Amino acid sequence: MSVGQTIRAAFRNELAGFTLDTAFEAPAKGVTALFGPSGCGKTTVIRCIAGLIRVKDGYCSIDGEVWQDRDGTFLPTHKRPQGYVFQEASLFPHLSVRKNLLFGAPKEKPKDRPQIDFDEVVDLLRVRHLLERPPGNLSGGERQRIGIGRALLTQPKLLLMDEPLSALDRKTKSEILPFIEKLRDHFAVPIFYITHDLTEVERLADQLVLLEKGHVVMAGSLAELESNPNSPLATSREAAVSLTGSVSSFDPQYGLLHLSVPGGVLTAPSPPAEINERRRLRILASDVSLAREYPGRSSILNVLPARVVTLKPLDPYESLVVVALGESGDGERLLSRMTRKSVEELELAEGLSVFAQVKYVALGAGRGEE
Amino acid sequence: METLQHLWPPVKLTLQLASVTTLTVLLVATPLAWWLARSKARGKEVVATIVSLPMVLPATVLGFYVLIALGPSGPGGRIANLWGARTLAFTFTGLVIGCIVSSLPTVVQPIRNAFEAIGDRPLEAAATLRASPWQAFWRVALPLASPGILSGAVLGFSHTVGNFGVVLMIGGNIPGRTRVMSTAIYDYVEAMKWDEANILAGGMVAFAFVVILSMILIEKRFARMRA
Repeated sequence: MSVGQTIRAAFRNELAGFTLDTAFEAPAKGVTALFGPSGCGKTTVIRCIAGLIRVKDGYCSIDGEVWQDRDGTFLPTHKRPQGYVFQEASLFPHLSVRKNLLFGAPKEKPKDRPQIDFDEVVDLLRVRHLLERPPGNLSGGERQRIGIGRALLTQPKLLLMDEPLSALDRKTKSEILPFIEKLRDHFAVPIFYITHDLTEVERLADQLVLLEKGHVVMAGSLAELESNPNSPLATSREAAVSLTGSVSSFDPQYGLLHLSVPGGVLTAPSPPAEINERRRLRILASDVSLAREYPGRSSILNVLPARVVTLKPLDPYESLVVVALGESGDGERLLSRMTRKSVEELELAEGLSVFAQVKYVALGAGRGEE
Repeated sequence: METLQHLWPPVKLTLQLASVTTLTVLLVATPLAWWLARSKARGKEVVATIVSLPMVLPATVLGFYVLIALGPSGPGGRIANLWGARTLAFTFTGLVIGCIVSSLPTVVQPIRNAFEAIGDRPLEAAATLRASPWQAFWRVALPLASPGILSGAVLGFSHTVGNFGVVLMIGGNIPGRTRVMSTAIYDYVEAMKWDEANILAGGMVAFAFVVILSMILIEKRFARMRA
């Protein structure tokens, strides 16, 4: 990857006993999640990227364009081609929804990237019926949708989202998530997404930066970090891998979708979908079991040849096994959680050929064709 | 009715003085209030204190200093020299300046409160939406603070209408030139013209009533709009 398509950020600051020392780079494409517990410094990092906070020892560049450097270079917030979605929508109460949406819209079209169209945003976020209303009496979900639209219409090169769902209740959250998925797939704007919620990461992220106590613990693609047995994601109770598969065929008799992923084909019950449509799949470590021989008749539809990559004991009783799909083991990685007894009885070892049985494949929303 | 004709000049002058003073004081008070609300400068509360002084000083003290400043040996005299006059004291311009100084704290306070109530977030949001600090002030801060600015304007206007001490000290109560309602009432009482005094005083009571009532209604309306 060339420098021109990368976002690079490094901030160092010491404040009242809290040391922030983060440096990472991420491809300027898709969704990069900054993930960590509350108080880990992730909001400080995103505010630094936006220029809302200025730390002396900081560096930030996108597409080779330097926003901040240690030599004193500092582009003020309003000159950075970014969009920012706050935790609370922070709409302007004195302006109608339409005027809020158009507040930061430039008069001239951007030259170096496709324009984000007003009508397209309004329809995608389903806010057309609200356009002439003042934002005062809108619901939390409606406000946040307008906050997102307003940020998109500034024609940003980078969209920063600071826990956009955390101020919303569960139900509203699940209403907004599909909109964020849609805009990720629809507009070619790279997104930095801050969250402390793993389910949001799994649904949205392509890359991940793990933060803890002001430091970057790990950074990389979501698939990489999820299947890295040393990452806190893989060892958690809800450990899972997120894969992207493309629809290879649909079985109308049983309503089953076949999706090919590197190293194999997975089957999941689903309404019909377009051939070649990209879908996100999620497989929990607790839904994957391993067998040495091809199992006989079984209720499990997904049985795929794979090879053991690593074994990691989680505690005295349970282990985490990372397998790679495909007979030669060069496909996508899955996690399998099992008892020490099973590990010993199967005589599992690195490089061993096994069959991975996947009990449940969770399907995400469509990602369009790529 | 003919006997009441001579009541009109002080009323007219009062309204002129209050209008000019209000417009001018807003131009001074709004940026000042913005600075007091937003600045992180250490000395800003000292400035705020100086601005508030006219609120507690007797009108005679304030009037005395303004009189000296406007007089032939003060800066006001030098400015008056530009058009060949000796002094700004005992002129309409002098009255306006005196009224600005004495109403400034009344006007600055509600505007400063309104700016402070906005908080950082709307301005941050404006900055992320490409608004320069100047644009953020005009497009976000000013409209959001408009109820406070309106309150400041109404308070400044009524404060000037009701100003007696400073106006007397620097205006000298010259009929037709610096004689406003409050000083006219004083004259009528001195001259035992109770009828005239009664009409002007009653008029001012009615005016004050209307001002305070409309302030309350304006505030209620804005509160409803923002809810």
